[in-house]
Amino acid sequence: MYDSGKIIPGLIVFVLFVTIPVWLNGGTASAPPKPVLPKDAKTCVLPAAEIRANHMKLLNVWRDEVLRTGDRATFTIEGKPYQKSLMLTCMKCHTSKKQFCDTCHTYASVKPYCWDCHIAPAE
Amino acid sequence: MDNKRRDFLKVAGISTLAGLGGTAVIDRIVNAANVAHASSSAGQAGGHATDATAHGGPPTASGNRYGMVVDVRKFRQDPSLGEKAVAACHRVHNVPEFPDKKDEIKWIWMTEFNNAFPEKPNLYLDEAASNNTLPIFCNHCDNPPCVRACPTKATFKNKDGVIIMDYHRCIGCRFCMAACPYGSRSFNWRNPEEFVKNLNKDFPRRTRGVVEKCNFCAERIGIGLQPACVEACGDSKAMVFGNLNDPHSEIRKLLKENHTLQRNPSLGTLPSVFYIV
Repeated sequence: MYDSGKIIPGLIVFVLFVTIPVWLNGGTASAPPKPVLPKDAKTCVLPAAEIRANHMKLLNVWRDEVLRTGDRATFTIEGKPYQKSLMLTCMKCHTSKKQFCDTCHTYASVKPYCWDCHIAPAE
Repeated sequence: MDNKRRDFLKVAGISTLAGLGGTAVIDRIVNAANVAHASSSAGQAGGHATDATAHGGPPTASGNRYGMVVDVRKFRQDPSLGEKAVAACHRVHNVPEFPDKKDEIKWIWMTEFNNAFPEKPNLYLDEAASNNTLPIFCNHCDNPPCVRACPTKATFKNKDGVIIMDYHRCIGCRFCMAACPYGSRSFNWRNPEEFVKNLNKDFPRRTRGVVEKCNFCAERIGIGLQPACVEACGDSKAMVFGNLNDPHSEIRKLLKENHTLQRNPSLGTLPSVFYIV
C-alpha cells in the first residue's frame, strides 16, 4: 500500500473522531425513570402495560368523545365513577406532574403540549 | 375531390344539430340526477344555500338547539347583574385580563344598545336603552358563518347546536373572527398564562395563537348544570337558558309571551340568543 504511514493513522483518527459520542458519554447512561405512583389508588383506568404504551392515544380518544361527540358519560372503576378528563381524573390520583409525567417525558425527550393549556395540580 | 361543397355542408349541418341536441339531452340528464341527489340529502347536514332559507338549519344529532333569552329589563333594574354575569363566566373559563385593551379577551361583555343592535338605529332612542348596557356574547347561530370559515373544523356545531371550539385544532388563522359578524371571538395575541386571575383548576386555559369565545358552558350543560352567567343571575330570570326545539321549555314560553330581538337578523345567521328589550 502506498502512503500507508499516512492512511492508517488517518483512519484511526477518523474512527476515533466519529465515535466521540461513545467515548464522551459511555457509561454515563442515566437510570431508567421511576415515576412515583400514587399511594392510595391501586388501579388505573387501563392495565399498567396498556396505559404506559397508549395513554396518549387514550387522552386523544377522550378528548374527541367529550368535545366533538359530546359524550360526557362517566365510567366506573371499583364502584367509583370517573370522568373522561386529564385534569379531573388522571391528575386527581397522579397529583404530581413533576414526579409522574415529567420523569418519563424528560427521559424520552418528548414535550407534550398538554400543559400549555391544561393545568397541573399545584406542587 | 369527390366531395362536393353541397355534401360537405349537409354533413356539417347535421353534425352541428346532433351536437347541440346531444348536449341538451346530457344537460337534462345531469340536472335530473342533481335534483334527485339534493332532495335525498336535504334532511341531512350540509347544503349551505338551503340552510339559511328555512328558519332552522339541519337538525342536530340530539335534536336539541340550545338558546338563551336575555331580559334586558332585568339588567336595567339591577345594574350589578351584568358585572356578576361577566365575572362568573370569565372566572369559570379562565379568561385572561390583559392590561392592554388591544389584547383583550372576552367571552361575554356589556355594551350599549346601538352597538348590540346596529340594524335598529334610532335617532331618538329611549332613555332606558340609551343609559343602560346589555350583555352580549356568542349567538350560537343556527347558520354559523364562523364554522363555514374554519379550515380545520376547530370550531364546529356540537350535537346540541352549540358552537364550540376544539383548541387543539385551532391554527390561529382568524378566518372565524373575520366571518363572525358579532365580534364574539377574541384572539390570544399573547400567552394568557400569567394573566388569568383566580385560576379555575377544573377548566383549561388557552395558549397563545388560538381564537376563543363563549362555549355556552358546554362543559357545564353537558353534566346538567346551567351556564355560569345564567347561574350568576340567580333567580332574577334575567338570562334563561333552554332548548329552543322543545315547544314546552321555559325559553319557548318566554319567546311566546314576549317580543324579542335577535342581533342583526338580516344577515341570515339565525342567532339562538334572543333579547327582550
